[in-house]
Amino acid sequence: MPRVKKKGISHATVMLYRVLLLIAAFVAWWGLVKIDVLPRFFFGDPIQVLQRLLRWFTTGTIFPHLADTLLETMLSFVIGTASGLVVGLWLALSPITARVLDPFIKAANSMPRLIFAPIFALWFGLGIWSKVALGVTLVFFVVFFNVFQGVREVSPVVLANVRLMGASRAQLMRWVYLPSATSWVFSSLHNAVGLAFVGSVVGEYLGSARGIGYLILQAEGVFDIDSVLAGILLLTVFALILDQTVSRIERRLLRWQAPIQAQTLQA
Amino acid sequence: MTTASYSTRSPPRVEAPAAPAVRFDKVSCRFGGHDGAAYTAVADVDLDIAPGEFVAVVGPTGCGKSTLLNVASGLLEPSSGQLSVFGHRLVGLNRQAAYLFQADALMPWCTGVDNIAAGLQFRGIPRAQAQEEARGWLARVGLRAYGDRYPHQMSGGMRKRVALAQALILDPPILLMDEPFSALDIQTRQMMEDLLLKLWSANRKSVIFVTHDLEEAISMADRVVVLSAGPGTHPVAEFAIDLPRPREVSEIRLTPEFVRLHADLWQVLKQEVLRSHAHAEG
Repeated sequence: MPRVKKKGISHATVMLYRVLLLIAAFVAWWGLVKIDVLPRFFFGDPIQVLQRLLRWFTTGTIFPHLADTLLETMLSFVIGTASGLVVGLWLALSPITARVLDPFIKAANSMPRLIFAPIFALWFGLGIWSKVALGVTLVFFVVFFNVFQGVREVSPVVLANVRLMGASRAQLMRWVYLPSATSWVFSSLHNAVGLAFVGSVVGEYLGSARGIGYLILQAEGVFDIDSVLAGILLLTVFALILDQTVSRIERRLLRWQAPIQAQTLQA
Repeated sequence: MTTASYSTRSPPRVEAPAAPAVRFDKVSCRFGGHDGAAYTAVADVDLDIAPGEFVAVVGPTGCGKSTLLNVASGLLEPSSGQLSVFGHRLVGLNRQAAYLFQADALMPWCTGVDNIAAGLQFRGIPRAQAQEEARGWLARVGLRAYGDRYPHQMSGGMRKRVALAQALILDPPILLMDEPFSALDIQTRQMMEDLLLKLWSANRKSVIFVTHDLEEAISMADRVVVLSAGPGTHPVAEFAIDLPRPREVSEIRLTPEFVRLHADLWQVLKQEVLRSHAHAEG
């Protein structure tokens, strides 16, 4: 994305402020713990947390956990998005099915799906697939509702025009519905990234032998707050990386859109 | 094109092929209103458009002009009556017609060239060949250098040019236009009108050009049909426009014949506009 000057402030300056804000937060945390405003036992020590992270990576003990969590997250993200896209397109284009299924979809969406984690553990075992299943149920609905909405909001004029130009049903799908739904899919993917992580970490938390969620659970069991926070920090960083990847693909695929919203939050 | 004068409801002209390009036969369209009461947008419309004829349809705003085009394109089925295209009753979409909408109808996710080429690709022409032909049309509408822009990167006038090329590349015998230039500023608008006339003279299609602008109607058309105020819109008068072609829209408006036609037409249209206002004010 071109780093253009916006409203008199350069991208470098914005980055500088961001880094400063991050450092300030860490310093505040460290200081408050140091002067005992925040009890060390419950809030940890940022220096210890960073050291813990460093040790995980230098000794390499983190890699099998990280690999598991990332694999689960990616799988639930990809499977959830793909199924949400397909079902969303299907239901949006067959209104009768959509009407019949409507209460069931609403019910499935409004029930607290994390409750399924123990059931998935029974069905799919304690390996990665129970976590993937949980992540998919979370990701699916976000993408599904967005695609469903996106297809319905296709401009009727564009649709009429393309139909009059002689497009078949398959061509309408390829030329109108899919590209139109794409922008809606991408706006949902940013939420989906976070939910995919929720699925895998909560799944691991409830029963697993590996993964960041497992690591956090173990550390909590011995009141090792530094490791818990290190785990959370690590998850945040990877969620951000995945979100950035989505943004990058989004910018490439949605070049046709007037750049309005892209500048504000995702820059 | 002959400029034979027409009286209202004239029979098809002798030298034209037997079937008119578009024939409205007692077409009525009713819609369910908000309060459940049916609203009759157009009632008992009889109208023939000969092959190669440029017909402008004028009427007060909101009188159901667009409804007629929607019927002609097959997007809307009339509640009663029927529409024939070259003598055949229209079922489904009218594949012989291209439609230029008032609103933007370009695919925003396709570049100008891709938008123009799309129709050919729908017909099974390979992408490369379709694109090449689209580039030719891009040049004809004066946008040679802008084909790779997306619609949001173009001005309103440029988008209309692309839309015109998109319609004409399929070489449809019928062109339906719904106030296509009404959103443009006056200079751009006259340029677009001249461009349309130039392209139309080179390859005469039947045109139904809906507008509320009397000057636009007279300066472009062979015949102007005046519609009554709604509800129950129907043609109330027709004027043959026997101004010589080729025409230059900005200049023809100054000729005495034009001024006379304008005055005659306005006499009729004014009644309908007043009636439409009276109806709106209840």
